[in-house]
Amino acid sequence: MSGAVRALEVRDLVVRYQGRAAVDGLDLDLAPGQVLALLGPNGAGKTTTVEVCEGLRGRDGGEVRVLGTDPAGAPDALRARMGVMPQGGGAYPGVRVREMVGLVATCSAHPLDPDWLVETLGLASCARTPYKRLSVGQQQRLALACAVVGRPELVFLDEPTASLDPQGRRLVWDLVRALRADGVAVLLTTHLMQEAETLADHIVIIDHGRTVAEGSPDDLTAAGADRELRFRAAAGMDLRLLADALPEGCTVSEPTPGSYLVEGSIDPQVLSTVTSWCARQGVLADDLRVARRSLEDVFLELTGRELRS
Amino acid sequence: MSFEAGTFTPAPGRGALGRMLGTQVLLETKLALRQGEQVLLTLVIPLALLIGLTLLRVVPLPEPRPTSALGTVLALAIMSTAFTSQAISLGFDRRYGVLRRLAATAVPRWLIVLGRLGGMAAVVFVQVVVLAAVAVALGWRPGAGSPGWVVLLVVLGTAAFGAVGVLLGGSLRAELVLAVANIVWFVLLFAGGVLVPAAALPGPLATVVQLLPSGALAEGLRTALVGGTPSTAHVVVLLAWTVVAGGIAVRTVRWS
Repeated sequence: MSGAVRALEVRDLVVRYQGRAAVDGLDLDLAPGQVLALLGPNGAGKTTTVEVCEGLRGRDGGEVRVLGTDPAGAPDALRARMGVMPQGGGAYPGVRVREMVGLVATCSAHPLDPDWLVETLGLASCARTPYKRLSVGQQQRLALACAVVGRPELVFLDEPTASLDPQGRRLVWDLVRALRADGVAVLLTTHLMQEAETLADHIVIIDHGRTVAEGSPDDLTAAGADRELRFRAAAGMDLRLLADALPEGCTVSEPTPGSYLVEGSIDPQVLSTVTSWCARQGVLADDLRVARRSLEDVFLELTGRELRS
Repeated sequence: MSFEAGTFTPAPGRGALGRMLGTQVLLETKLALRQGEQVLLTLVIPLALLIGLTLLRVVPLPEPRPTSALGTVLALAIMSTAFTSQAISLGFDRRYGVLRRLAATAVPRWLIVLGRLGGMAAVVFVQVVVLAAVAVALGWRPGAGSPGWVVLLVVLGTAAFGAVGVLLGGSLRAELVLAVANIVWFVLLFAGGVLVPAAALPGPLATVVQLLPSGALAEGLRTALVGGTPSTAHVVVLLAWTVVAGGIAVRTVRWS
């Protein structure tokens, strides 16, 4: 990432709640026209991080620069340049959709047309519905409208698609792509792997307030991709001969009956060793593939498989 | 959905302050006048009491009755709007995150506070106009009153109740705010010098009532409407509640 002034620059951010570190030494970088996804399980510190960047929350350590300015105390001039979509809420209980978008639009000097935005986000049919009677998905689309109506340089989207149906999710993804293409910087938090993989230029996976991995979606899923080969065959085959035939550093196992896993540096030689061994055994290796890990695999590997409250 | 290139090209900047304030005041006013429970509290009950107190002789009131009744319901209306209604809406607005939403826009924070106060003032204005008009229909003649004192008391009463309302609505959970604000409203109506004048209450209670914003405002308004000068004590009591509750609120009120 290059560019004179970063949209967002976070160095060694620390935020504590009652002595416990919710964010613990986090670094982030975001350039204009880029999408940064903050990925992590519940309670990883995503929302806390976003709120510090928005100026809604103080910090206990580290440096934060939003569009070149420290957001602490949320100077009016800085807030005029950013758009915020909070996670849930963000409107008067009795306010109508169109009224709320209109109110937020008047806060900006050159807003988008609220009517167009309401229509585009599929809210025209509920434009006169009070906020508290909207579905969660409609509330979320309203929050998104309020985040972008002021034509900001930097947009914070905290779990923008959490309660949306597939159509709604697609719409939000198209919108994020359009923002990016028009030079807007987007920081989004999500726990949807596909969302991060599809939208982000750069992904930071955080857990317990720390970065556990980061990189482009390709970097993250490619790491270790050449390290396993899986195939299916008859259950309970004798693997000793195969193990002897494989090059140094490769191991073979049968994690579940009939499903075999070769781990190590997988090259054409290994592939041919496996297929010729199967031929000698008189079995057909089925569903043979060099595994490429999904982002979900990476995520679960890094953050554990146990449920978080 | 595809968007035309350049649709979202950044064009940041703060909107005009006057327009932001105007839009927010108008919206807050509309919200207050649109919500059934709030209108019941701020207009329907005061109107019903104005008519009842004027026509039925259940509660002892100084003559002329229409004038005293107007003083009573004006005090009640101000208490309903600035305290109960304000506290409840603030409690739920915090729950719904609207203050944080607005605090994350280019609006300066002082303007958000001013917008709320403006909405409250607008509702009080509507109440005064409606109640005065109905009082005229019931036989009240404005001629005898001291308009300067009435306006001053309306402003001071709104400020005192508003400060207490913001303190309550900005500190507790929304459900708790709802319960407390309604109970306090009820207690002050009957035992706080609003409906029953302090003089008609038993000894020690009469003294306490003079120190409450409800008692001070209602007594003051009833006096000013018949052309009298409210006692300095009433003015001081209202000012004291404003300063003390406002001072605590500034330190304790949470935005979410």
